[in-house]
Amino acid sequence: MKRVYVNEEWCLGCHLCEYYCAFAQTNENDIARALKDKVIKPGIRVEEHNGICFAVSCRHCEEPLCAKSCITGALTVVSGIVSVDTEKCIGCYTCILNCPYGAISPSEKGAILKCQLCSDNTHGSPACVKGCPNKAIVFEERGL
Amino acid sequence: MHRKYVIIGNSAAAVGAVEAIRRNDRNGSIVIFSKESQSTYSRPLISYYNQGKVGRESIYFRPDDFYEKNDCDFRPGTSVFKIDIHSCTITTDSGSDEKYDRLLIATGSEPVVPPFPGLDTVSNVRTYTSFDDALALEELISSGLSRVLIVGAGLIGLKCAEGISKKADVTCVDLSDKVLSSILDDVSSDLISDHIRSNGIKLVLGNAVKAFSGNKAELADGSRIDFDVLVIASGVRPCASLFKNAGGLTGKGIIIDDHCRTSAENVFAAGDCVESVDMSTGKYKVMALLPNAYMQGECAGSNMSDTECVFNKAIPMNALTLFGLHILTTGSYTGEVSDDSEGNDIRRFYHSDNRLNGYILINNIDKAGIYTSMIRDRVPLDTIDFGLVRKAPGLMAFGRVYRDKTLGGKS
Repeated sequence: MKRVYVNEEWCLGCHLCEYYCAFAQTNENDIARALKDKVIKPGIRVEEHNGICFAVSCRHCEEPLCAKSCITGALTVVSGIVSVDTEKCIGCYTCILNCPYGAISPSEKGAILKCQLCSDNTHGSPACVKGCPNKAIVFEERGL
Repeated sequence: MHRKYVIIGNSAAAVGAVEAIRRNDRNGSIVIFSKESQSTYSRPLISYYNQGKVGRESIYFRPDDFYEKNDCDFRPGTSVFKIDIHSCTITTDSGSDEKYDRLLIATGSEPVVPPFPGLDTVSNVRTYTSFDDALALEELISSGLSRVLIVGAGLIGLKCAEGISKKADVTCVDLSDKVLSSILDDVSSDLISDHIRSNGIKLVLGNAVKAFSGNKAELADGSRIDFDVLVIASGVRPCASLFKNAGGLTGKGIIIDDHCRTSAENVFAAGDCVESVDMSTGKYKVMALLPNAYMQGECAGSNMSDTECVFNKAIPMNALTLFGLHILTTGSYTGEVSDDSEGNDIRRFYHSDNRLNGYILINNIDKAGIYTSMIRDRVPLDTIDFGLVRKAPGLMAFGRVYRDKTLGGKS
């Protein structure tokens, strides 16, 4: 299955992936209009420390601890993509307690927020990857 | 070979087993016995139901067609009375027998009801672990019985208190002088009690109910509390007696190994009814928690259908929200404590012998799973930047090799 992989040495720490992710979630046409004056809540987040930076998003694990731990049944695997039913999710954060990568975060609406590889919006494939200026994240099949 | 799987119980462990069995065996028959009448539902959601945050239709753990899709013979409202591990037969309350090739005991836990003197004189008494309890409580409160006394300020008692707080006048009594004493340490507990009180719940701590006389509780310090409805929330214990009576090995719960096998051949057990190794201490413990139940059930189901699976990563873990305050706790509180709390943002980490044993986070719970994985994988703390990760949870602390593997997909 195709996943988002990180080429850490090429990450500029520009955070554009975060903006493109937030934009993709809005399903709007214009990034500037969609995000102007908004505090963004992206499903991919850049970590930075002492000159090192890299982006982290859901790994879509083969054995997803988040989905196995989900107390409501809101997290399921749909064609390999770990997906959340935001109507069913109650925001208990048991998944946040279980994700080894810190790739799930609370959303403003009370449910959780996570990368679904843009399968849940009009972009079709990860907008973060399309927006990355330096191929520090790629969407590829690596047999893992 | 056509195999017959029998499952006693219908919650998370049973669902995990069904899903694993059907990945490996589409042809075998699965019979599920449940003493309750509903389709599988999420037990922790009952307080959300009372709170009005989850509707009746949203409490279900799996879609309506779960049994049909997985070709299960679901027998709701049917209690199992006896297991015969020699003839591989179970007997239901109505006296009918069912043979099994593989049996999963997923009977869950039952509420502990201490033998209070005068309890039989109280009207409107409930425990709070099933959907029926939530429905009954809703009905009692909406009939105008608004003074509710909850005995126990643990997870069940406090979630119940939150669930009904908008519609009822709630008092919570606990023998312990701390709330959530099973999942918090003393320092973090005080913050929670203040928060609960500020949301209108009367907490009476360090004071036990001595006796009841009608709908009046007499406490150890001589005070009295009048109430309309009594909720006993004094914890749960594993439903292990079926297996114990069958001659199987039990402690506090049914003893299982890392394949979720019991002492009896072809009999597996999972979920709240078992006692298994807590990997944060290496000792046997009852960990009645939904994630462990699902994963044990899945492991059992896999082994029942001849695909070897090991589950040796059970740890105590709780994620709960009380009146908007997020509390995440994992593991055991042993060893030295590193406290990185700031104000009401609690971050406490327990560690010894170069390993993280447990943690408590209150308020800011971002990326907590990174800590959980440090406990689960027994990560040597001197191989990561422990000081950094405590303050700023992230994969930064783990070094490049780990990240290239997990994020970069490099082996």
